[in-house]
Amino acid sequence: MNELVFFINNVVIAGSVTGSIYAIGAVGVTLIFSIMRFAHFAHGDMMTFGAFMVLLLTTLFPQAGAAIGVPTPLIMLPLAMVLTAALAVGLDRAFYKPLRAHGVKPIVFVIASLGVALMLQGLIRLFAGTGGQSLYVDDRKEIFRLALPIEGVRVPVVITEPQLYLFALTLVAVVGLHVFLSRSRLGKAMRAMSDNPDLAQASGINTHTIVAVTWMLAGGLAAIAGTLLSLDVTFKPDLSFFLLLPIFAAAIVGGVGHPYGAIAGGFVVGFAETLAVFNWNVLLRPFRDSLPEWLSLPGNLAFVGTEYKIVVPFFILVVILVWRPTGIFKGKVI
Amino acid sequence: MDKTTTDSVVAPRRFPLREILLFLVLLAAVLGVYALMGAAYSTRMLVEAACYAILALGLTIQWGYAGQFNAGVMGFVALGGFCAMFFSVPVNEAFWGSELPGELARVLLYGIGAVLLVVGASRLDRLGVPRRLRTTIAVVLAVVLYLVVISALREVTDQIESRAGFVGGLGLPAWVGWIFGGALAGGVGYFIGRVCLGLRSDYLAIATLGIAEIIKAFLKNSDWLTRGTATVSPLPWPVPGPAEVGFTLARALYFSVTAVLIAAIFFLLHRAYHAPWGRMIRAIRDNEVSASAMGKTINRRRLEIFVLGCILMGIGGAVLGSFNSLFDPQGYLPLNHTFLVLVMVILGGPGNNLGTIFGAVAVYVIWLMSEPLALFLMELAVSFGEGAFGWDTPTNLDSRALQARVFVIGLLITLVLRFAPKGLLPEKAKHIA
Repeated sequence: MNELVFFINNVVIAGSVTGSIYAIGAVGVTLIFSIMRFAHFAHGDMMTFGAFMVLLLTTLFPQAGAAIGVPTPLIMLPLAMVLTAALAVGLDRAFYKPLRAHGVKPIVFVIASLGVALMLQGLIRLFAGTGGQSLYVDDRKEIFRLALPIEGVRVPVVITEPQLYLFALTLVAVVGLHVFLSRSRLGKAMRAMSDNPDLAQASGINTHTIVAVTWMLAGGLAAIAGTLLSLDVTFKPDLSFFLLLPIFAAAIVGGVGHPYGAIAGGFVVGFAETLAVFNWNVLLRPFRDSLPEWLSLPGNLAFVGTEYKIVVPFFILVVILVWRPTGIFKGKVI
Repeated sequence: MDKTTTDSVVAPRRFPLREILLFLVLLAAVLGVYALMGAAYSTRMLVEAACYAILALGLTIQWGYAGQFNAGVMGFVALGGFCAMFFSVPVNEAFWGSELPGELARVLLYGIGAVLLVVGASRLDRLGVPRRLRTTIAVVLAVVLYLVVISALREVTDQIESRAGFVGGLGLPAWVGWIFGGALAGGVGYFIGRVCLGLRSDYLAIATLGIAEIIKAFLKNSDWLTRGTATVSPLPWPVPGPAEVGFTLARALYFSVTAVLIAAIFFLLHRAYHAPWGRMIRAIRDNEVSASAMGKTINRRRLEIFVLGCILMGIGGAVLGSFNSLFDPQGYLPLNHTFLVLVMVILGGPGNNLGTIFGAVAVYVIWLMSEPLALFLMELAVSFGEGAFGWDTPTNLDSRALQARVFVIGLLITLVLRFAPKGLLPEKAKHIA
């Protein structure tokens, strides 16, 4: 049973954590893709920017959270979301709108978004330095150890406070997004535009508003994802390119332009990563005595070492592109 | 000269004023650097700029000729650098003298056997096995065999690391490594291209971005093959080294080698661009639908172009690696080896080889010179800030100032795309009058 608890700690919990973060990031990417039709390479840096805003605000008012009883970064998150949304809209106005007016090919947008990514990276590093910093400036990271009431289990299930908040926030974000997309006027207009921009415009939908709303949503979601990631580990300014690949892989696995697919894809990629670096030998250990003589298990049965984690999303990406380029949920664009 | 082609009417040959002017400015800048920094430093700069020019030529045929965006130049550069290291570094007797090469070969044979088995299992449906069962068998077999092979490989590589340090090189001349560097990069490019080129152009960018990070991670962590973070040096040069003839002369000799390489590549590309093949490539880029209606196999041509570009990047990376005389996997940065090359291409003029070479040298000179400039500006800002507002300054300002150059690169990319999408020396399109 100890092995099973170990499995829960290292795969179930860790996988859900990374999965939620990738899911929220991938939703943003897929929303931008469905409205603007290009892969937004600056998304990782928008996430970092959101987390950086939280860090700044938390350093400014470290005591704000203690008054209500939640960690300060979470209090600051809505504010950071607004700031990141404003940044996203501003970036669109400054860099993408002129290109749209020119009617350039989608791939030029991709390059422009890379340029934007580099600019954000430069700014963040200029102001935040290059080292990692904890978002818990004044608070303490609570760690819960839940001992299981079963005979012979010594290892507790370990879960940290930010992880609990992360699950709650992911749930809220997903439900909120669902309600927005399926019930509200704007959400329906967004879906209409993602299906057919010309038709949407002809039926009187203000496409400029939709574009702005999409950027706001993407910015807000990016801020959530970035903050949750930084809460779980630490804030690092140079994460972006390592985040991009899993997030894109998640968006493509779920079917590009498909928000629910992106959520599923995020969890697929997150769990695949943790399963791939998990040492399966641990689970087989209890059965070691019943194994035949000739089958001696090597000590390390992980698929890839942690240093090759980035191979996993890439592998998933390649498999999905070869096997089913539209993604599991039949996204639109190939 | 008699025009043999009839399908394109050449516009009246104009005096290349713009080209001459730009290159004169560039020459003045290079001479300025010579005057300021001394001959040895400046010659090194020129050689590196020449290596970057090869990379930029590789990117310009992908982006400029065919509209494919490769966001992972760094990966192909690193592969080239690895080959330059692997083929030219002296033979490691501690490794070859032991039984380890045999062990390694045995594991590799296992790997090949495993691949054959899995491929065989995936064909089982031809023997009447139901498709679903076949897929299950193939996947399970692949997972189990992968684990077996990877465990065996881990054992052998651990042995190599503890007993011999690393595999060592083959002790061949540097140019052999350059050729193989190009071939290896081309092979990886073929794989990526096969997967992505039939799909949207964005997917290629995502996949190349990923493969670059993977190649870097592999080279950094495979201590048995590359010594990882311990780095390998010195790498032999194809020309007499600094120890024999002095820094300036040795670098000048190396520069002449790279210049010959660039001239050869430039000439071949020029011919290819004006050949029917080049016209076809551009036709596909400009209007895919009509090109395919003309009966051109679009995906094959795209793959050709992509692989060709990757080969050039591999060669450029190998030449650069040999010149640095140091193989350090951590030294490959997306910023230096991907985005700088991208700026060179889009600033110089995608699709125009001359413009690309101009862009490469110009951007590299600016890039090198921006380092002292950034430090100087940062110091200025700090002294101003301390005087006016009483800042207490963080300690790592220098590294931050250098990081801020990232911002400038990004700004440059977006501005060029918006205001001069064709670059400083635009591709000269020939139209039927």
